[in-house]
Amino acid sequence: MPAIAKAFLTAIWFMILTLPVMGIKLNLLENRVNWKFDRILWLGVAVFFLAMLWNWCFARKARGLPILAMPESIRASLDKVSGNTGLKRTFLVLLLAILVAMPWLGSFYQTNIMISAMLYIMLALGLNIVVGLAGQLVLGYVAFYAVGAYGYALLNQYFGLGFWACLPLGGLLAALFGLGLGFPVLRLRGDYLAIVTLGFGEIVRLAMLNWTSLTGGPRGISDIPRPGFFNMEMDLNQATDYIYYLVLIAVIITVIVISRLKNSRVGLALQALREDEVACEAMGVDITRAKLSAFALGSCWAGFAGVIFAAKTTFINPSSFTFMESAMILSMVVLGGMGSISGVIIAAIILIMAPEYLRAFSEYRMLIFGAIMVIMMIFRPQGLISGERRNYRITALAERDARAAREGN
Amino acid sequence: MKKIIPASLALACFIMCGAGANAAEPIRIGVQGAHSGDLASYGVPSLNAVKIVVDEINAKGGLDGRMIEVIAQDDQCKPEMATSAATRLISDKVSAVVGPICSGPTTASLPLFQNASLISISPTATTPALTESGKNPLFMRTVAKDNAQARLTSDFMLNKLKAKKIAYLHDNGDYGKGFADFNRELMEKGGAETVLFEAVTPDAVDFTAVVRKLRRAKPDIIVFGGYQPVASKLVQQMRRDRLDTPFLGPDGVKDETFLKMTGKDSEGVYASYPKDTTTLPEYKKAHEAHLKAYGAEPGFGYYNAYAATQALLDAIAKTGGQDTEKLNQALRENFVETPLGKIRFNDKGDAAGMALSIYQVKDGKFVELDHSLILD
Amino acid sequence: MDIQFFIELFFGGLTRGSIYALIALGYTLVYGIIELINFAHGEIYMLGAFTALLVAGALGIYGFPAGGILIVAALVAIVWCAAYGYTLEKVAYKPLRGAPRLSPLISAIGMSIFLQNYVLLAQTSDFVPFPRLLPEMEFLAWVDYIMGPSDFLILTASAISMGALWLFIRHTRMGKAMRATAQNRKMALLLGINADRIISLTFIIGSALAALGGVLIASHMGQVNFGIGFIAGMKAFTAAVLGGIGSIPGAMVGGLVLGLAESFTTGYFSGNYEDILAFAILILILLFRPDGILGKAKVQKV
Repeated sequence: MPAIAKAFLTAIWFMILTLPVMGIKLNLLENRVNWKFDRILWLGVAVFFLAMLWNWCFARKARGLPILAMPESIRASLDKVSGNTGLKRTFLVLLLAILVAMPWLGSFYQTNIMISAMLYIMLALGLNIVVGLAGQLVLGYVAFYAVGAYGYALLNQYFGLGFWACLPLGGLLAALFGLGLGFPVLRLRGDYLAIVTLGFGEIVRLAMLNWTSLTGGPRGISDIPRPGFFNMEMDLNQATDYIYYLVLIAVIITVIVISRLKNSRVGLALQALREDEVACEAMGVDITRAKLSAFALGSCWAGFAGVIFAAKTTFINPSSFTFMESAMILSMVVLGGMGSISGVIIAAIILIMAPEYLRAFSEYRMLIFGAIMVIMMIFRPQGLISGERRNYRITALAERDARAAREGN
Repeated sequence: MKKIIPASLALACFIMCGAGANAAEPIRIGVQGAHSGDLASYGVPSLNAVKIVVDEINAKGGLDGRMIEVIAQDDQCKPEMATSAATRLISDKVSAVVGPICSGPTTASLPLFQNASLISISPTATTPALTESGKNPLFMRTVAKDNAQARLTSDFMLNKLKAKKIAYLHDNGDYGKGFADFNRELMEKGGAETVLFEAVTPDAVDFTAVVRKLRRAKPDIIVFGGYQPVASKLVQQMRRDRLDTPFLGPDGVKDETFLKMTGKDSEGVYASYPKDTTTLPEYKKAHEAHLKAYGAEPGFGYYNAYAATQALLDAIAKTGGQDTEKLNQALRENFVETPLGKIRFNDKGDAAGMALSIYQVKDGKFVELDHSLILD
Repeated sequence: MDIQFFIELFFGGLTRGSIYALIALGYTLVYGIIELINFAHGEIYMLGAFTALLVAGALGIYGFPAGGILIVAALVAIVWCAAYGYTLEKVAYKPLRGAPRLSPLISAIGMSIFLQNYVLLAQTSDFVPFPRLLPEMEFLAWVDYIMGPSDFLILTASAISMGALWLFIRHTRMGKAMRATAQNRKMALLLGINADRIISLTFIIGSALAALGGVLIASHMGQVNFGIGFIAGMKAFTAAVLGGIGSIPGAMVGGLVLGLAESFTTGYFSGNYEDILAFAILILILLFRPDGILGKAKVQKV
């Protein structure tokens, strides 16, 4: 009963709170006030149930239970599947086969959507190195993406360099920017770092906007060539399929590199850094090197993605590189689970594909992004799939003990 | 034998039903623009215009018995979303596209439309290169390009106002900066001096500093490139700061909301805009249709999109809409009665037959001055 | 140097700076108590402007006397925004006490995006005109070259509210409790101060000040839009950092310094660099003097 009363009060509170913004619509043409009490009422009903759910979730959280528990049978079979390397391998091969066949199965449009989804996967995985693994909240990630995109566009425009020459150069350029930002911010922690990188991202965008003689300013750069393939002439469909495979390979490489990185010395150092910077330093990890390599690697990936993006759209202007873009990539990392590769991939696919296929949803897209970020932080800060960490079991000691026990007998 | 009869009956039915379905197969018109997000107010009026024109034709039974279906794709005026929206329209097999709205997305989408040999008519993309580059033979627009507007406004300032010292402000957007740039180029050629040229930040908390800088530069006229919201803030701040210099803007400024926002501060403001066509029957019809359907005054680009849709549907009715080449030709050859006047498209793709005029705010209304330029 | 022009820019910067200062106080108060950058604070400012606009518009249509509209609208906006601030804290930050430092920050960014889109969807993406409610002020006629009625209102209202805040913090029991909590939360708890209440109070005061800023700027600029909170919030945050985040006089000084710096940059160089300047100041201060002009250096606790 008190739970219902509490939910009821919450609903009333929210109805009063949203009264002006939701309830009043001014019709300035006819000089009339349209009271939208129906909206308030619906909101009240929604809040009532949400408040019940909210309290229930908190109750579960307080008791240490997961909010959504999978039924035991499914979980057991899932565990079996994930434990079974053979099955896992079959699944991966199957997935790869589908992805490879995609341009033939799907329409031109679907191929295009897949390309942008995969570009975001690359970006999200790159940001995951910095935010997820190293725990350095970077809010201006889109700046490196922009550096890659503008790097290719400008190198092409002024020096005639092709896509293949620019791909490594764009990555390198972005990595240099990453280092350039990384050096001065080494000392900063947490929220200060976040704000500095946000400022950095805005400055990069404003520079592109105002440096008209170099970047074309708000007009942007058009006629950026698509990637070439041994001087072959390609029509748009072929070029799109080609870019699709290119991005697919890039994503696979990204996944491989990052999963190797995670369990490498550097990767473990980064994760230690995320958990506790001071303790990490005390354990003898070179913080400076760890942080800088995280910055360089993360931004390098954004640079690659930027080059491919410019080649795909053939036109770029500063409006593609706003803070909202950074926030979107960040929400993919947050939703997916910081440090988890598969989680981030799933989240990127959900956040890109859902608005494309659910038209009605697209207006509410940013609203839902915002809500997701808050809700995830409160109820599931580890994300959809929490970053699995490799466990080291020291078997030698256990065996020795066992032997000792046996011999003792 | 027994089996053959039902089989052939089924076959006949299949063919006939198929044929029936074919006759009723709708003509799809794509509409691309910002339909949600922060720039929705520039894109939604165009979508409304297309819907209104299409509904009217559908109510009369469509074109040759074929209904017209509007397929809207939202690009939020972002280039990267524009390419997805454009490919979606191509996948949906539209016959032609009205849009995109903003110049950036148009630049990004045109190669795709070109490749799919799709006609697109933008109601509001004003970047000159879109038609001038010659790379987009299937692209047209029912709006004056930035340099055409600048031709009129600079001529007006040099010859009518005899302005010698000019200050230029812009909002650092594609459209606004373009307008300021072209004006500056033409004015300097005409011997006018540039006393100030800079950007204002549209989101800035206030414009006091830039207005005081203007006041010190003592220009004869202030040329502003950008849209109504920034213009109305600037004008209000200028008048409050006792700066009575004339103010001139592009068509993005001539808007009912601008008058409402600025009240009596806007007295004397100049703006370039298509020649007054409010007396034309087509204009009245379009205006009333919008009032009836949406209960509000039409917004930015409404009449341009209305005209674009009319021209497009007229050409489809004449050619059947299957053959892009014929459609293209029909659009360029036939004059169509629209709310903007009697227009066709020239060989570059710009609307011909439209005229631009200078307007000035007098007693809270935009009044057309006797200074215009006919586009051909 | 043209002294007249200098004075004009100076007063222009002062007006803008007082708005920054009003918003910056909210950042600094919250940061002082719970070390959180309340990223959604700029949206509260926007909500304040919007609420005032809607209320003023509705009152105007119902024929309320013009003189009272602004006051009523401002009061409603302040009260409602205080409630928004209180709710924001309860929903998005309170459940995250004790979580890693990044969690509340991400939650705040989410809240900021959410609130922007809430207003966008519930109202409009257009700029909406704010009714003109300020009377002509005869006594300003002799300085009308540098100060109009709205500038005067902004300067006096912000000065009064900041003064009131100062007195409140210095001389009331609640204010003292706030200062105590800011200095040492554990100690304050031991002394019987209810930390939850103090935190709520902080959000309420900060949001009310931001709402006041929103109302003032809406009547100054004459229009409101859902997106005005982001850049104003960033500028105000810069001001808070500039003055030393966590320090109340710091926020006031920082706001004024930033306003003046922007005004002079536009006046003597170019308006193109206004935003770049603010972000550059933000970065440089955080890098080289993270404690700001008036802040005290803190030792990192393990």
